[in-house]
Amino acid sequence: MRPSHPFVLAIALVVSSSLAWAQDTTAFVGARLIPITGPELEHGVLVIRDGKIAAVGARGSVEIPAGATVVDVRGKVLMPGLVDTHSHVGGGWAADSSAPIQPDVSVYDAIDVRSPGFQRAQAGGITTANVMPGSGHLMSGQTVYLKLRDANTIDEWVLRDADGRALGGMKMANGTNSRRDPPFPGTRGKSAALVREKFHAALAYRAKLERDEDVDRDLGMEALLEVLDGERIVHHHTHRHDDILTVLRLREEFGFRVVLHHVSDAWKVADEIAAAGVPSSIILVDSPGGKLEARHVGYESGGVLERAGAKVAFHTDDWITDSRLFLRMAALAVRAGMTREGALEALTLAPAEMLDLGDRIGSLEAEKDADFIVLDGDPFSVYTKVLETWVDGQRVFDRTQEKDRLWAVGGLGAGEPRATTACCDGE
Amino acid sequence: MGLSRIAALAFALTLLPLPAQAGDVAVRAARLHTVSGGVIENGVVVIEDGVIVAVGPASEVSVPAGVRVLEAAVVTPGLVDAHTVVGLSGYLNQPHDQDQLERSAPLQPELRALDAYNAREALVEWVRSFGVTTLHTGHGPGAVVSGETMIVKTRGDTVDEAVVVPRAMIAATLGDAATGEDGESAPGTRGKAAALLRGLLVEGRDYVAKKAGEEGSKVPTNLRLEAVARLLSREVPLLVTVQRHHDIATALRIAGEFDLRLVLDGAAEAFLLVDEIRAAGVPVVVHATMKRATGDAESLSLETAGILDGAGIPIAFQSGYESYVPKTRVVLLEAAIAAANGLSRDRTLHALTLGAAEILGIDDRIGSLEVGKDGDLALYDGDPFEYTTHCVGTVIEGDVVSETRR
Repeated sequence: MRPSHPFVLAIALVVSSSLAWAQDTTAFVGARLIPITGPELEHGVLVIRDGKIAAVGARGSVEIPAGATVVDVRGKVLMPGLVDTHSHVGGGWAADSSAPIQPDVSVYDAIDVRSPGFQRAQAGGITTANVMPGSGHLMSGQTVYLKLRDANTIDEWVLRDADGRALGGMKMANGTNSRRDPPFPGTRGKSAALVREKFHAALAYRAKLERDEDVDRDLGMEALLEVLDGERIVHHHTHRHDDILTVLRLREEFGFRVVLHHVSDAWKVADEIAAAGVPSSIILVDSPGGKLEARHVGYESGGVLERAGAKVAFHTDDWITDSRLFLRMAALAVRAGMTREGALEALTLAPAEMLDLGDRIGSLEAEKDADFIVLDGDPFSVYTKVLETWVDGQRVFDRTQEKDRLWAVGGLGAGEPRATTACCDGE
Repeated sequence: MGLSRIAALAFALTLLPLPAQAGDVAVRAARLHTVSGGVIENGVVVIEDGVIVAVGPASEVSVPAGVRVLEAAVVTPGLVDAHTVVGLSGYLNQPHDQDQLERSAPLQPELRALDAYNAREALVEWVRSFGVTTLHTGHGPGAVVSGETMIVKTRGDTVDEAVVVPRAMIAATLGDAATGEDGESAPGTRGKAAALLRGLLVEGRDYVAKKAGEEGSKVPTNLRLEAVARLLSREVPLLVTVQRHHDIATALRIAGEFDLRLVLDGAAEAFLLVDEIRAAGVPVVVHATMKRATGDAESLSLETAGILDGAGIPIAFQSGYESYVPKTRVVLLEAAIAAANGLSRDRTLHALTLGAAEILGIDDRIGSLEVGKDGDLALYDGDPFEYTTHCVGTVIEGDVVSETRR
């Protein structure tokens, strides 16, 4: 259509863009709202726009823009999307068996985005996950921080910094999983020695770069320098009390930033962990054992670390535990003495901070990403269901939809890669 | 210590009640779930010499003097884990403590659970602290016929102190879990597995016939076939661990051919064969609700227990077998997920207690709070299925075997 007058066109554009602005705004009204960073609101309002949170507050205190879509969520509970610091959904083999330390390898290149594990994670309310390679190496490669949007390629999921660089950490492990025949270490002493040697090699590499010598690029060394510079956080698998202290010692020596993962013996060395100011991402499993290092794992670790003043998050380690039941893990920690507030934070803001994403996700605050979940009851009740999961303002899980319900409940087809069931079905 | 204080102490001692008799205890509950007779608000159970002698409202049941009295918000019958390998598959998961599966041959019905059970294994104590008092345990899934199972109480320092039924069932597996790539220690295909199982049953039938014949006394005892004979005579059921619908159909077919008592175990795809299972009159020990949805069990549903119970098929819960972490599941926690996914709380508790006892054939002793039954109780500080509720006590035959708050 050809505008009859340029001025009319200008007016029309203003009106339509303001309409688009309002139409793109959604207000969720009336839910019990758990912002994490503030007290729970009995009748809360959450306004989202363009994938971000525009406003949060008690009903009456938040202005709902004219033209906004208003969603009545009375009787429901609304809280931030869950953040999983340690998941293996989508497969994600990185390092191979050629060497115990492989910092150049990234799980980015290995994830199957059509794995049903991602649908199950969305069904469990997980909106951000750190997908990691395994624990069979001292350093098994780079991890990636993913937003679980509905997407076809891994590139659409990876979180990026302002320069477009993919965000992720570095997976390390000690204890028994990374012990094998040479060139892998056979003892704990050798394990630590190999790690030290590698970090010293990285320091030497940097010294050469600083002296402006003609150095061949070494992608592994570059990744290690990101670790030493604190730009790439180490996510360190560790179970036994002495192995935990070895991680703290290496961190002291080289100054890298680290999150302790699993930390089965956390309750034995909670004071040392707290004194080091190092955060722990823990896992609770239904019974102790299954491997020697986990013989003393208990439901109590969350509460013990909390009381010691250490930062705590939970993780699924999916497939070790089921992403659909992530809320359950925090509930079991509450059962064993963790505070309710601490347990809620350990599913949201604390893990976000452990991924350096605390300014973007993990709580319901204006300007943060519109990542949230809608529940039909208390987060820590077995009877509560995740009704909806929203990522960047898009609903990625809706329990009323049969296709989504299949991921939540299981049944024929739930184990199939998404492509085989979703093909040609409205896509 | 001065004389006066010694005197005071002596006086104090005389005021203490007599030492409690082993097997005697009374339990008061704000909500007493009898399972067989509904819920009694403000109820009391009295146990003497290990057996329930009174159940009813506090206003009608008097507690004998001198008996220890426990109190809890919610009390249920002791829970029954209808299929586990606890006691045979140890928590350290090292070669020395893994006795649930002998892999040297696909058919070994002669292996006795009694000879493999470690009553002092840490996981026995662990599950007991959640209110589990009875285990159907023994040789696990993974071979076409892996051996016998038995029923124990989660108490005692020896298997003899723990055992309730020394020969409960014979454990079999169909599907991927019982087939191997080399086709030597395990069959290579489903067809071969079924052929092996049929072959064993035919061999057993011939053995029984020979033993009954004129020359029967000369037939040497064959332990393997004696075990099969107990299946054929319907003395013990065949417990078939099976997940895929077509493997469930195979189990039903073979049980029909040999007129076996069949108990389906796992049965991830049972929701596809509800009519067939009901028509066969076969109970299902449903897979652990939180079992990982992989391999043969990739289609499992959190709603299966509810679907089967709703169709009138007898069900029970199990902890199953885990090869890694967690080394065992806890049947209370598994049932809780079913209670949140389509099975009512009452039916969930039924399947955890009396329903399981009926499938195991021990409902004359176990599974409900009735006079004359074993004094096995689980004490909770709230809804047993809630994540944040604690088990605060476990009683087996009148002895308080756990007071850990868990």
